[in-house]
Amino acid sequence: MTEKTVLNDTHRALGARMVDFGGWDMPINYGSQIEEHHAVRRDAGMFDVSHMTVVDLHGARTREFLRHLLANSVDKLKVQGKALYSCMLNEQGGVIDDLIVYFLGEEFFRLVVNAATRAKDLAWIEQQAKAFDVQVKERPEYAMIAVQGPGARAKVIGLLAGIDQERIGKLGKFAAAAAQGPHGMPLFVARTGYTGEDGFEIIVPEEHAVALWQALAAAGVAPAGLGARDTLRLEAGMNLYGQDMDESVSPWEANLGWTIALDEGRDFIGRKALEAQKAAGVKRVMVGLVLDEKGVLRHGQKVLTAQGEGEILSGSFAPTLNKAVAFARIPAGEAGDVRVDIRGREVPVRLVKYPFVRDGKPQEGI
Amino acid sequence: MSEIPGDLKFLKSHEWARVEDDGLVRVGISDHAQGQLGDLVYVELPEIGASVQAGHGVAVVESVKAASDIYSPVSGEIVAVNEALNDKPETINEDAFGNGWIFLVRATDRGELDELLNADAYAELVENEDH
Repeated sequence: MTEKTVLNDTHRALGARMVDFGGWDMPINYGSQIEEHHAVRRDAGMFDVSHMTVVDLHGARTREFLRHLLANSVDKLKVQGKALYSCMLNEQGGVIDDLIVYFLGEEFFRLVVNAATRAKDLAWIEQQAKAFDVQVKERPEYAMIAVQGPGARAKVIGLLAGIDQERIGKLGKFAAAAAQGPHGMPLFVARTGYTGEDGFEIIVPEEHAVALWQALAAAGVAPAGLGARDTLRLEAGMNLYGQDMDESVSPWEANLGWTIALDEGRDFIGRKALEAQKAAGVKRVMVGLVLDEKGVLRHGQKVLTAQGEGEILSGSFAPTLNKAVAFARIPAGEAGDVRVDIRGREVPVRLVKYPFVRDGKPQEGI
Repeated sequence: MSEIPGDLKFLKSHEWARVEDDGLVRVGISDHAQGQLGDLVYVELPEIGASVQAGHGVAVVESVKAASDIYSPVSGEIVAVNEALNDKPETINEDAFGNGWIFLVRATDRGELDELLNADAYAELVENEDH
């Protein structure tokens, strides 16, 4: 049975092309995926991300629990409202999911995890939480709308209660706060995103989601589908769970080493395996590729390097760059001339540092 | 969804064929197909002079989302390709049944066209796909 977000009828009324996305009936575009991509890079677009799973954690030992559960260190979260990106690993150091954790109080943290991994994530979190007496509470009654782009914050702030505008205007990156939206609706506004642009991700009670969406549309925010979301995050160098990493891949092999905190004495799940892998030498690395010729890099294509074969993870035409880019996992070491097998033809590609695009601009050397 | 021109014949895989006044067969993809694929970003055209077989892959269209093989509805020789698609693949999105044509075939056996779906049968196929 396909699940629907509370905005499903709104998407259909806008003429969206709907697809099955991890068991959810979601809009892939409302006409042109490329135009929606540009709308976000140039001004402001909004995405229904209500399929994502909000999980609230309560209990006196919640921070201690998260020290154990997550590969990044929640001790970096010192100020209420601050957020942290982290992987949740299994004992082998494989990635169960990536998530954002918000520090909302010493006994209250909020996780936002992927939709496609909801069931296994909840089972894992609940299993681990028992020893810490932490209450795990999914919040399906929340919808979520991501508003992204250089004009996104101003458009959202314009809809907030006057008393909240200055405070939310000053909200730092990777921080969240409560605010009142149109008609006094209660919002949880986070300055986070998945596009490489500034903006907010807003958690809103389901019964207010349609009104919020319509207010945003009236303020000039363009509806954007999950198709544009995918090309935006790829250009921005952000991993997609299931495509760029999964339980057979460690964060070292997914270019997520920056999210691993090997702080003294913290015994998080997967730490031993990660340390052993690092000591032995990581055999595979994740790199960025650019195709200067015509054609499109796609998931599953074979990558040929001097060290052996690798594989394209996320790959797509990148609308901001007007050419194809990809993430690939290849053997470690000097890669030499890198080629991709596109339908039996070996096509040369350039190995580059990513993000490919940041704050609307192609990065140097892309 | 735009009207399906009555003079076109279709493969189930959504290619259309039109017999021109000079007897050559022009080939493209349907408006329904372009809508399914989304924004097109690249078209790999066949070589002029290449011989093609009915039902075999001849060209490739790539959208942001996916690559899709284009099958020839008839056997014969490629006599022209739509070079304009090299710079403007989105022409297929804008005008799938007209300026978005892909290649032109000199058919060896135009009887093969009788095997294809007519416009009504194709409309029905699309209708059923949507439900």
